[in-house]
Parts: sequence; structure tokens; C-alpha cells
Amino acid sequence: MTYLAKPKLHHPSLAQNKVCYTRRDYEGRVSTLCAGCGHDSISAAIIQACWEMDVEPHRVAKMSGIGCSSKTPDYFLGNSHGFNTVHGRMPSVLTGANLANRSLLYLGVSGDGDSASIGIGQFAHVMRRGVNMVYILENNGVYGLTKGQFSATADQGSKSKKGAINTESPIDTISLALQMGATFVARGFSGDKKQLVPIIKAAIAHKGAAFIDVISPCVTFNNHAGSTKSYDYVREHNEAVNRVDFIPTRQEIVVDYAEGQVIEVEQHDGTVLLLRKLHRDYDPHDKVGAMNYITKHQAEGEVVTGLLYVDNDAGDLHEHLNTIDAPLNTLGAKQLSPGMAALEKINQRLR
Amino acid sequence: MTSPALVGATPVATVASALAAQPTAMPSITATNDFVVKFANVNGSGSASANELFAKAILRMGVPVSPRNIFPSNIQGLPTWYEIRVTEQGWLGRRGGVDLMVAMNPQTWNADVREVEPGGYLFYDNSKYVPPSKLRSDINVIGMPLTEICNATYSDARQRQLFKNILYLGALSVMLDIEPQVIEQLFTEQYKGKEKLLDSNVKALHLGRDYAARHIGRIGLTVRRADKVGERIFVDGNTAAALGCVYGGASVCAWYPITPSSSVAESFQSYCQKLRVDPETGKNRFAIVQAEDEIASIGMVIGAAWNGARAFTATSGPGVSLMTEFLGLAYFAEVPAVLINVQRGGPSTGMPTRTQQADLLACAYASHGDTKHILLFPEDPKECFDHSAAALDLADRLQTPVFVMTDLDIGMNQRLCAPFQWDDRREYDRGKVMSAADLESGKDFGRYLDVDGDGIPYRTYPGTHPSKGGYFTRGTTRNAYAQYSEAGPDYLYNVQRLLKKLDTAKTLVPQPVLRKAAQPARFGVLYFGSTSPAMEEALAALAAMDLHVDAMRLRAFPFPDCVPEFIAAHEQVFVVEQNRDAQLRSMLINELEIAPARLPKILHYDGTPITARFITSAIAERMRTAHGDRA
Repeated sequence: MTYLAKPKLHHPSLAQNKVCYTRRDYEGRVSTLCAGCGHDSISAAIIQACWEMDVEPHRVAKMSGIGCSSKTPDYFLGNSHGFNTVHGRMPSVLTGANLANRSLLYLGVSGDGDSASIGIGQFAHVMRRGVNMVYILENNGVYGLTKGQFSATADQGSKSKKGAINTESPIDTISLALQMGATFVARGFSGDKKQLVPIIKAAIAHKGAAFIDVISPCVTFNNHAGSTKSYDYVREHNEAVNRVDFIPTRQEIVVDYAEGQVIEVEQHDGTVLLLRKLHRDYDPHDKVGAMNYITKHQAEGEVVTGLLYVDNDAGDLHEHLNTIDAPLNTLGAKQLSPGMAALEKINQRLR
Repeated sequence: MTSPALVGATPVATVASALAAQPTAMPSITATNDFVVKFANVNGSGSASANELFAKAILRMGVPVSPRNIFPSNIQGLPTWYEIRVTEQGWLGRRGGVDLMVAMNPQTWNADVREVEPGGYLFYDNSKYVPPSKLRSDINVIGMPLTEICNATYSDARQRQLFKNILYLGALSVMLDIEPQVIEQLFTEQYKGKEKLLDSNVKALHLGRDYAARHIGRIGLTVRRADKVGERIFVDGNTAAALGCVYGGASVCAWYPITPSSSVAESFQSYCQKLRVDPETGKNRFAIVQAEDEIASIGMVIGAAWNGARAFTATSGPGVSLMTEFLGLAYFAEVPAVLINVQRGGPSTGMPTRTQQADLLACAYASHGDTKHILLFPEDPKECFDHSAAALDLADRLQTPVFVMTDLDIGMNQRLCAPFQWDDRREYDRGKVMSAADLESGKDFGRYLDVDGDGIPYRTYPGTHPSKGGYFTRGTTRNAYAQYSEAGPDYLYNVQRLLKKLDTAKTLVPQPVLRKAAQPARFGVLYFGSTSPAMEEALAALAAMDLHVDAMRLRAFPFPDCVPEFIAAHEQVFVVEQNRDAQLRSMLINELEIAPARLPKILHYDGTPITARFITSAIAERMRTAHGDRA
């Protein structure tokens, strides 16, 4: 980690986005994670994606649980409110926050211990409820903050830094999210920002439960030979199904698609995803096909990355609950109290 | 053994004549507007609505009643009881003892028969022969061939079962002199628009009445029209708490089903659907989520409240146990949360369908580390309504969890209470929230900074201002400006400020209610919650015995300063509670440093509601012992 505080002053010539913020306005405090930590690359990708998406920083609510990954919301979007909750329970707090004010962008950041072990219940239920959010799981297969125990996503047979072999079978969060009803499911790699940033942008534009599992090697406890979550292993076994290009609504679609097949995916808000297919047989709208594909490649030891599934007609929890358009936290006594006349009628029925 | 006092098995005109025919005269209980009827039923048999009609009919005759459901954790087939105290004097606590048993459940027959007071009455279905050995000679036994009549009248199996209940309702109306027009009116209200059902119920009622008029007649227990109900309403505490949350402005409810609290969230849902739908768009001004467990329920409440909505959950003991980690977070990160805890018998799964006040310690000090939470103790449905609305204000004002500590006795039984009131000019107290304008004006914002000296800092809602007022909420320690810090002074500043905040809370919570004795009293009594009606009756009974006690009903924790003053003003103060370990007493000793000997405990914890008889005898005995000691 570094002890140097970031300078507050910004260079005047820094590029501004449409809402007049520079990229620096999306930064947070100095990271306290280990140098080279994959999580810091993910923070950088979040910063890049939010800036490119013209998200106003203060309109983002950053939610996390406990663990190295859950500390990261302090390291990006410094002007946003953040809530570092309890271990494994970020999804419920995010759900409640979302119910209170549907107009903010909810960014949940979690780790594999937080989401796949202690919090697997809440992870499953937040997906099936269709909470409108971007849920990023920073997956390193290890408990970093408690110094190197296996997590539930560690592959069977993988070796810990101390030499122990993991005998338990891994939980694949991508398959789980698909099964639980997430309507946007992707996997990225912290070492591949070119793929990750557009995925995050697309997730921000998605209305519904968007889940991104990001393989994020732990440089201290899980980056050695024998680990299946190391930089080397992932680079060697990465099986990208597509490359995503993200086109905001008003921007003209000018991308060169010479190689491979390209499909356009129009999102709720009019934005367009261009999926550059790297595998001819892969269809991100086919949930069952996606599950088969993931399972098959996993069995071959490959890490499938890219946008794996998206349902463009997905609704969110507010739609299911038929809540009013105005954020619930803006309502006062006038809108919430039915008044004494109605109460007197109730009294009358109770006599 | 003398022969049982059989009535009705042989055709006789009235109970009186049957009694007269007995060789030895047995004293029969005679009482007007002051007796206890208990219905022993099988659950799932449709008896509940007939029994409630019975209670409401008496109420409509202007005579107060106090019913209690005694039910199993089961849906069909197990024993269930409905006990109604008819009480013109208005004593709404459980009396104890049964004057008339309506014994409809063969499974519990022996115990039910045993429970009748000597000289009392046993009403049963004599379609099948019951040997005299199964009866008692010191009570009046009244048989009516309910099954026989129903089988002869109805062909449908369901009707045969359901109308059996209406038949006994009809018979009881004759025996006790309940006005049939009142019951018919209740039917009319209940079956509005379902005329077919109305007709068949009225017919069944009269079928029962005709039989009773010919074969049973009047008994010694009488309901006589009075004017003692007034404007009061008849409602259960869970419904009232839900309504309090509607009026108090809760817009988010997250819950997990658990007896005896489930009907809080269900009532909230049904009232919201009637009262909180935007008339123009048809969209809801509320969001209710049935969560996957209590941990998620409280997590959602905390998330919503952090984000500026009023939110609550309803639960019971096991749910609170699951929520404790989150409660520590809400306490330390200073996020509002309202919990309606409808207490049941513990520990563990305990007695899910029985009542206790046994979660005080678990709630007051929920979570690891030094934590303290605010508890409110409603005494009846009216206070469930008031305290639930107040809890939403208090949680926002104090930025901390607030528990409404009701229990099964209040929550799931209909209770006669003052009508609900709401002042339409009332604004919600959202506490110290800085707006964009406040931030813009250059006011210093330190999320955990004690600006006003009352221990309560200012907060901002997410999304308020582009560059000011943002902060990172966490359960870890931080300085007054919400920056991560494990420095001793920063930690001390925070935790001591939290104590100061609790001090402020003392002045904001509902204050105790003092009832001075008619004469200067050496002894006092402290009580709270559902003990209230039994205590009122006990105090009157003690006064009648020339035993004078000052009484203080606690309505909240932390204890306001008048509580230690009250204790100091008496030699001894009895602490009456419905738990084994005298939890309130422990808190008084712990928080106020009172010598334990000054606080004798009176404890009732078998799962049934505490009675006036129990309190009266316990206090009388101790007072006499104490007087004796002095003499």
C-alpha cells in the first residue's frame, strides 16, 4: 500500500464528460490493499466505466460487505455515499436502500467469502428478486484479510500458499446467479480492463439484477503455481466468448467489426451493446445454452469470460411491487398518513 | 359418589328443575355480567368465528369482554381454546378459573371438565354417550345432541361441521340470555352481499335456540344489557401496530413469517392496499418484501432507513436472535430501524403460541460489544398503535434501532381499548438531516460530530449534494468525520457520545405512568406491557384488602429519571414480570445501581397471561410478611 495522499487539485486540461466531471472526480481515497491486487484494477475499471457513462458520482450508492473487496468502495467515487455493512449481508442492505430511493445507481461490491460462503443466501435472493443493481463479485478464491484460507470458490485440487490442497468442490457464482434469476450475467478478469470496462458499463445500463464475477488474483495469498485464480492460470485458460462494445444512446454506432460475428443488443434505456462474438455457437440470450456452455468449459479447466447472459426485457423489484415513480424517501405525512377521517372509519368497524 | 348433575340428556324444562330434582342440593354459580366462559375446540373446525361472534354479541350489549385465544402451533386437528371473560367492571386481564366450559373436544375432555369451578357449568355434545364416570357431580352438566341435530338437518359434511358451532352459539344465547337480534345484526354485517350465507346462519342460530328453549333453558350465568363499552374499539395489538406504522409513515416493510408476529406485516399490507395506493396512477406508496430470513429483513430495514425511508420489521424472539449482528451495526453506524417484537415463550423455539415478556435483555443489549437499544412497552392495542408511530419518529430523531416490545397476549388477542386517534396536523420528526441547501450554506458536516451537545449527530441522505455531505458508513470505528480510525480518542468520543444520546433518549421516550395509592404507601410496584390490565385489577383488590401500593407502569427503556426517584421513595418496590429471570429487574439493578433487596420479584412465566389473582396473592403475601417482620 502507499502512504501518499492523493492531491486534491486537478489539472485544468483534464477531459470532462457530459456531466462535467473529470475522471479524477470518480476516484476515492488511496487504496490500502496490497500492491498489484486485482481489486484495485477493478476499482479503476469502475471509475472508468462511471466516468464514460456520465454517471453523477453522488447519484451512486456504494454497498459492500466485509473483506478485502468490501473495503474497496472507499477507494472509488469519493463523493458518493457508501455503506460497508456486515459480512455477507450487503444484498439485503442494498435491497432496502433501493426500495427507499429507486433513482440512484446501486453498486454492490463483494468478495467470494462474502458472497459464496457466509452470504450465499442473500446472494441468491437478491438475484431472484431482480433488484436493480450492479453486483460485482471480486473473486480470488481465498480469504485475504484473514491470511489465506480457501474460499468456497476455490477449485477442487487447487493448492494454498501453505501447500494445503482444497478437497471441496467449488461454487460457481456465474451458474448460481443464472439459476437464481439474474438478468445480466457476466464474467471478467481484473487483468483485462479492455473487456471489463464495457461489461460494467453495460451492467450500469441494464435494468434489473446485473451480476459480474471478476476473477481477481490475490497477489499475496493466491498467485502461486497450483492456484487456479492466479494471473498466469487465468491468462492461460481464459476463454472469452465475446467482446463487448458499449454504445450510449445518442452516440453513433461506429465500430469496426471486421472479424467475427457482431450482434446488437438494445437495452432498456436505448443504449446498445455490440457483442463481438468470439465463439460462433454462443448466444447470450439463451439461458440454458449459457449454463451448458459454462459447465462444459469449466469441466475442461477453462475460465469463460464475457457477457454470458442478458435478458433485455427484464423488470426490477419496483416493477414487481408496483411502487410509485417518486422515491419513497421523498414522501411526507401528506402522502403517507391516511388521515383521521379514514381512521375514524376503521374505529367504527372495530366496534 | 353422588350421581353427576346431568342436564339435557333427559328432557327437562330448565336447569333449575333439574337441580331441584337432585337428592342433594348443589350450589350453582350465579353471576350477571361477571363470569368466564371457555370454549374447548379442535383447531381448523371453524369454531373461531363462532366464538368471536359470541364475544362481540356481548360487547354489543354494552358489556365489556376480554377474550384470549389459546392455540397450538398447528393448523388442523390439535386442541385450541377460546376463553372469554365477561366483565361489566371492565377488568380486561385474564381472571383464571372457568364458570362455563363449552367442551367440544373429546381429546381434552378430562382436563376441560376438571377446570370448571365447583358449581359451574359444562356444556357438551351428548350425541354420543358419555359415561357418568367422565363427568363431575359438583358441576352442572348440560348436554345437547349437536351432531345428531346437524346430521339430521344438513347433508353436506362441511355444513354439518360448521353449523355445529352456530348451533351452540344459539343454545348459549338462550342459556345466558344474549339478545338474538344482536347476533343477527352481526351476521348481517359479516355476510353483507352474501345473503345465502346470512340466511343459513340465522337459520342455524334459531335451530340452536329452539332446542335450548325446549330442553335447557336459562342457567345461573346471565348477560344483561349495560352501558360499559362506550366508544372503545375491539382490536388485536398486531393490527394496531400495523396501523400505527401506516400512520407513522413507514414506507418500507421487510419481514419473515414467525408466530406470533406475522399478522403485523400482513395487516400492514392489507391496510396499505386500502389506504396507500396513489389514486391517480394506481401505484403503491409502500414496498413490502417478505425476506428470506430475519437477517435479511433487518438488513433491508437498515438499508432503507439509511437511505431516508421509514422502515420497520415485525418479528419475535428467534428473529431477534438472528438480527443481533445487524442491530450492533445500526447502533454503532447510527442508522434508524424500527422492530415490532411480538414476544412469545422462549428460549429457543420455546412456546411459539404462548405469551411471555422474556426478550428484554436480548433486545436491550442486542449484539456484541457495548450496545444499548431503545425499548417501548405498549400495554394494549391503543398503545401498540401510538408506540409504533412514535417509534418511527424516535428512530429518526435518535438515529438508532427502536423496539416496540409487545407480546402474544396483546398482539394476537382482541382487546377492548380506546379508539385510535391521529392529529392530521402532525408532521413526522425526521430528525437531524442536512439538506443540499444546508450543505451549500457552508455548514460543517461531520457525520459523527456532536454539534448540539445532545449526542445526536447530523446525517445526510445519499444523493443529496454533488460534492458535500457524502460519507462512508461502516461498522468499524471512525472519527467524527466518518473517516476510518482505530485511535483510542476517536473511539472514546464516539462511544461516549452514544451514551449521551441514550441520556437524551430518556427525555424523548414515552414517560412512565404513575398510580398513587389512596393512602401513603411504603411499597411500590413496577410493571409494564401486557401485565397492565391484571395489575389494575390487582391494585383494586389489594386496596379493598387495605393493602396500599403505589404503582408505576414503565413505558420505555432507557429509564427516565422518575424511575429511580420512584424506587428511592419506597422501602421496597415489587417488580412484576412475565419471565423467569426477572429481566426488567436485572436492568433496573444494572442501569440504576439499585440494591437488589429493594426490588422483590414477582414472576409469572408458564406461558399463560398473568392474572390479577396471581398478582394480588403474591403482593398480599409479601406485604403481610414484611408487616410481620416489622411487628
